Amino acid sequence: MALSEQSIPEAILSVENITLSFGAVRAIRDVSFDIKKGEIRAIIGPNGAGKTSMLNVINGFYHPQQGQILFRGMVRKRMRPHEAAGGGIARTFQNVALFKGMSTLDNIMTGRNLKMNKWNVSLLAAMFYYGPTQKEEILHRQFVEKIISFLEIEAIRKTPVGRLPYGLQKRVELGRALAAEPDLLLLDEPMAGMNLEEKEDMCRFILDVNAEFGTTIALIEHDMGVVMDLSDRVVVLDHGEKIADGTPAEVKANQNVIDAYLGVAH
Amino acid sequence: MNDVANSLNKNDTFPKLLLHHAKVNPTSAAYRQKHLGIWQTLTWAEAAARVELMALGLHSLGLKPNDKVAIVGQNTTSLYLSFSAVQAIGAIPVPLYPDSSATEMSDILKEAEIKGAICQDQEQVDKIESLTSEVKSIEFIVYEELRGMRQYDHKHLQSIETLSQIGKDFKSKDPKSFASLVDQGKGSDLAIIIYTPGTTGTPKGVMLSHDGLQKSARLAADQDNISSKENILAYLPLAWIGDHFVSYAQHYVIGFTVNCPESPDTLFSDLKDIGPNYFMAPPRIFERLVTQTKNRIENASGIINSLYHYFMTLADRVGAKILEGQSVGLTDRFSYALGNLIIFGPIKNNLGFNHIKVAYTGGAPISDEVFSFYRKIGVNLKQIYTQTESSGYAFLQSNDSVLENSVGPAGPGVEVKIDNKGEIIYRSPGNFLGYYKNENATKKTLDKDGWIRSGDFGTINGAGHVRVIDRLIDTGKIASSLQFAPQNIENKLKDSPFIQDAIATGSGKDFVAAIIVVDAEATGNYLEKAGIGFSGYTELSQHEMVFDLIQNNIKTLNEELAKTQDLAGLQIKRFTILHKQLDPIDGELTQTGKLRRNQVSKRLKKLIEALHSNKNSIELPSTQDPGQSRTKSSMVLLKIRNARHTEDNGLGN
Repeated sequence: MALSEQSIPEAILSVENITLSFGAVRAIRDVSFDIKKGEIRAIIGPNGAGKTSMLNVINGFYHPQQGQILFRGMVRKRMRPHEAAGGGIARTFQNVALFKGMSTLDNIMTGRNLKMNKWNVSLLAAMFYYGPTQKEEILHRQFVEKIISFLEIEAIRKTPVGRLPYGLQKRVELGRALAAEPDLLLLDEPMAGMNLEEKEDMCRFILDVNAEFGTTIALIEHDMGVVMDLSDRVVVLDHGEKIADGTPAEVKANQNVIDAYLGVAH
Repeated sequence: MNDVANSLNKNDTFPKLLLHHAKVNPTSAAYRQKHLGIWQTLTWAEAAARVELMALGLHSLGLKPNDKVAIVGQNTTSLYLSFSAVQAIGAIPVPLYPDSSATEMSDILKEAEIKGAICQDQEQVDKIESLTSEVKSIEFIVYEELRGMRQYDHKHLQSIETLSQIGKDFKSKDPKSFASLVDQGKGSDLAIIIYTPGTTGTPKGVMLSHDGLQKSARLAADQDNISSKENILAYLPLAWIGDHFVSYAQHYVIGFTVNCPESPDTLFSDLKDIGPNYFMAPPRIFERLVTQTKNRIENASGIINSLYHYFMTLADRVGAKILEGQSVGLTDRFSYALGNLIIFGPIKNNLGFNHIKVAYTGGAPISDEVFSFYRKIGVNLKQIYTQTESSGYAFLQSNDSVLENSVGPAGPGVEVKIDNKGEIIYRSPGNFLGYYKNENATKKTLDKDGWIRSGDFGTINGAGHVRVIDRLIDTGKIASSLQFAPQNIENKLKDSPFIQDAIATGSGKDFVAAIIVVDAEATGNYLEKAGIGFSGYTELSQHEMVFDLIQNNIKTLNEELAKTQDLAGLQIKRFTILHKQLDPIDGELTQTGKLRRNQVSKRLKKLIEALHSNKNSIELPSTQDPGQSRTKSSMVLLKIRNARHTEDNGLGN
């Protein structure tokens, strides 16, 4: 899985000297790293290290006070989440954020929203339905069905997601993110609260997404075993600062990381 | 029917039958499979075209007549077609259970000297690949699903598409080759080797011929008037004779449509989609559907509940009679029709059984209660006794001879008798050719006149109905004199909706004891209704109320047993409830859901000893196989109860 650094020269996203504060609290201090095209990049760190804040900065939900983000080589202006999504960044959330009363199918369909032709799905066109609107629906339904088959969730296609166990909800959420055909997929703790079998399934899906669609993936994860197995490179944050960056093996051996996780004797 | 008979003489192999259908009914549906949420149809002509390319591809890879090819995966159109592709060049398909581990597969692959494997997906490819160093004969692996396969070394590995492309290239050079390959096949040829899952001992490869399979397929279909218009759902393991008999042999002989489910998880919704006319399932599926239905009715509103019970009482009395065409009073007939409209119909519809012409349960014994439930609501469920050695059926109930306790009279063309030890022996038109590379076992099972020893202990009544009591090898003696057939007791226990599995022990001991496996759904519901929470199966199974519930069930059974002289001594004296469900993955059940008594007795040795002592509880590791679990396993305390509270010996009156 490990791709050598030379073979993927192009960074899809660079984070440069980002600082993010909430009032007097500095969540992220002067952090820089990049995410290369096609890799699986992990962001790890102890609780409160600023991982989720970093993800929120990347997808435009938070605006950093300092620093800039380059997406596909272009400096990104203040961007709102839906613009980030339109630009090819999709994400999942630490606490599942699905429409509980809607079916799996409909939830994933919402991920197609940005890919739909505005005129074909406008209220006026939808009133007539037959013709362009129907064509549009068939097109997107087909794409969603491919995702359903890919994630092996055919059996819950019509089930309201609120009735599903947690592990499956996570999978549906991944499906919705994939529906946007992202170039960069942000996963916020995709394995949190899962049992071993669910984790193994999820690992396989993440690797398959990366291999089959060539999607670049940035993930936050607590389970060290998962991170070390999955990712090509790891960046470690602690108290809002970057303390290490490199391959899983390098990071594992880094003294700063060991101190941050195990604590230092004072 | 004569058409079919004639076509069989000429088309004596399955590939020939395929070409026959492609010529005679090119546009009728041979297969349907749900893909991306839509049922996709494959006509006979398309099926034959695909088989041709696959067969020529295999031929180009160097596959020769009599080479063995493993086929492993779920029920997909492509895998069914690959059976014909392999047979077309005279090679022998050997289907394997997709949930077998690589180690379980390795013995079979070695014995059969498998030349290649056709796998459904990455999971199966991984298993076969891991064995290539051990099983030297494997030369190629073909896979159906592309997913995850991109990064593999494709030296000996290819997709079905690539294989078909190779076949296409071959065809362009030699367009007539397929027809001439198929022509070389003869009806007496070996068609397939099916490995029996083996409730005892190691698996044996049963060799079946085209002739045997085709004859028994046709005879059984004729008896039930199965026509080419029927739809069936193919979801049982490809490696089980029951599936091969219906979804392959009868499918080709009769020409009906086989529908493959979208995934194993979607079985029940696909069943509803298709509404098959002809359906075969092991008792487990029927039991599960009844338990589900009853639970839902229990949780439904009062009106529905009382309507259900009112009409079910009526159905108890007249349902089966109406199904069998016996005379029933006009009022009852009218009420039953009303019941059908508001209760039975919707239930059948929900189960996907509203178009059923014939349904069979086979592979293991079914409880009387479950069996009669279906007949009462108008589903023509019948029993079939299948053995791999007979190419399908040996005994089956015909529409006018259904007896709850029996598996039916000898099927068309079958002769049956009981030998002096009580073993059922029979001779069938589908007799097997022998066990592959196992002369000794063949000699023991098949005598020179064609009689097959079934290994089952049973009786035949005056009307010729065969009743199977247990595996001969499992029957023993209680208190050194009473004949004890554990399966008989277990089946009676399983009549209770709360009991999913049961193991009766006592051979060579003084009394009968039982290990109960409770049904998670039914028992869970029962506790929830009483307002009791529980955190998991283990806690559920060890709850005092569940023990009380099971004790009552056993008491009722004991009272029933006490009425029959032969059985009075077999009343259950002590019992326990197991903290886990039995699982084929742990080797406790066969893939078709039969109990592996040897394995289970070995694993639960301590528990069985405790049952036959006077201990009131025993500590067991929570995972039965400490070697396999990654963490140190914790212990579970299992309670043991006497079936009666008083201290008498329970052996009765």
